[in-house]
Amino acid sequence: MNYFGHVLAHLRKDLRLEWRSRDAINGMLFFSLLVVVVFSLAFDPTAAMSRQIAGGILWVALLFAATTALNQAWTRELRNRVLEAHRMAPSPPSALFLGKAVANLLFVAIVEAVLAPLFVVFYNLHAVGQGWLLAVVMPLGTWALVCNGTFFAALGLRTRNRELLLPLILFPISIPALLGMMQATTGILTGEFSPGPWIRLLIGYNVAFTTVCLLLFETILNAE
Amino acid sequence: MQRSRIFGPIGVIWFAVSLAVIVYATRLGLLLAPTEATMGNMARILYYHVPHSMLALVFPYVNFGASLCYLYWRKRDPLKALTADAVAISSAEVSVVYGSICLITGMLWGRVAWGIWWTWDARLTSMLLLWLLYVSYLMLRKLSSTGQTHTLAAVLSVFAAVDVPIVFMSIRWWRTQHPAPVFGGGPDSGLDPSMKPAFGWNVLAWALWGIFLLALRYALERRRQEREQEAALEAIEASLEMAQ
Repeated sequence: MNYFGHVLAHLRKDLRLEWRSRDAINGMLFFSLLVVVVFSLAFDPTAAMSRQIAGGILWVALLFAATTALNQAWTRELRNRVLEAHRMAPSPPSALFLGKAVANLLFVAIVEAVLAPLFVVFYNLHAVGQGWLLAVVMPLGTWALVCNGTFFAALGLRTRNRELLLPLILFPISIPALLGMMQATTGILTGEFSPGPWIRLLIGYNVAFTTVCLLLFETILNAE
Repeated sequence: MQRSRIFGPIGVIWFAVSLAVIVYATRLGLLLAPTEATMGNMARILYYHVPHSMLALVFPYVNFGASLCYLYWRKRDPLKALTADAVAISSAEVSVVYGSICLITGMLWGRVAWGIWWTWDARLTSMLLLWLLYVSYLMLRKLSSTGQTHTLAAVLSVFAAVDVPIVFMSIRWWRTQHPAPVFGGGPDSGLDPSMKPAFGWNVLAWALWGIFLLALRYALERRRQEREQEAALEAIEASLEMAQ
């Protein structure tokens, strides 16, 4: 099997696991729905104001929801010592990481697909800027969260208090990416400024951190 | 077993010299330097604040370098790797201390000069994010289990190092799009020559002190590592005796 085949095998396994339990997606969906409702109660926004704040709220909801699911992503592998088996397997460790990260990307993307119409309804949204650019910003932003999130969830896997540790290290590292996706989304929704530089920032962030994650994953997996 | 001494003669001399320089520099800054034209005596906090900010930007490089050395030596030379790890944690802690002092004194100054404690200006925000990164580094060290702390922390340090330039760039963009209402330029667009000696001595003083703190923390960490190794050796010996 070549590298791509390994990634695909890991991806298929994660998708099948999720298909059978649907823990991660259901949890994330309900969680982000609750965040959206709570925020809209807290701010009670008008249409103009909601365009200003919706970008921020959307990403905060997705960030929190993704964190809850990412914590579960690797604990699955601890049961029956599956992780030890992964470590002994002759496939490259970064393929395991890539498969898991792509699976998480798909899960969060499904949540976004369900959440987006709800968002439009609850916040009376319509984009003043170029709405189609959201199709670029959403995957880029999601990958920025999920790639580092999957990595740090693996990093914190054998620590005490891992549920707490993930946000503690993921949030500070993600702040530039969060700033990028929130600004780009706000720029698109309000049409007041161009999202271009922020999309470039997200691309740069993703390239840099995906490389670092792939290079260092083996170190993390075998850190004893 | 003989413990390595924490305070060697060089340490004592270094400590005395840095204390003397701190006293001299503080006297220069607080009493002898000319009063600043617009801000008056309040500007004297800058002799304390600016050196700390500069050094808070230097120590993270030490941490990054040490972490890279750790990752390189981890499999090749474990003893050297432990040394590098001790340097990494000491410099991370000193970074957090200097960063905190920089933020707190900056807020004190801001309250008087701008009338507000905090503004989301490019420099303030980047410094706060740097501080957050290093606090999260220390949290990871605190929470991870003993066997793997070094490796995980070194990896996180690499992530932080990749993150810092992106943070600086993104914050600059963010603030140029929404200019801060309170103030525009940096505090020192050219320092008056009469203030230079006080400023230079303060930089030297706090650099000496920071290196002293770093070395002290390093010695403590080395001692802790020695104890850990001894305990491990004793456990192995005990298990061998049981087997006989």
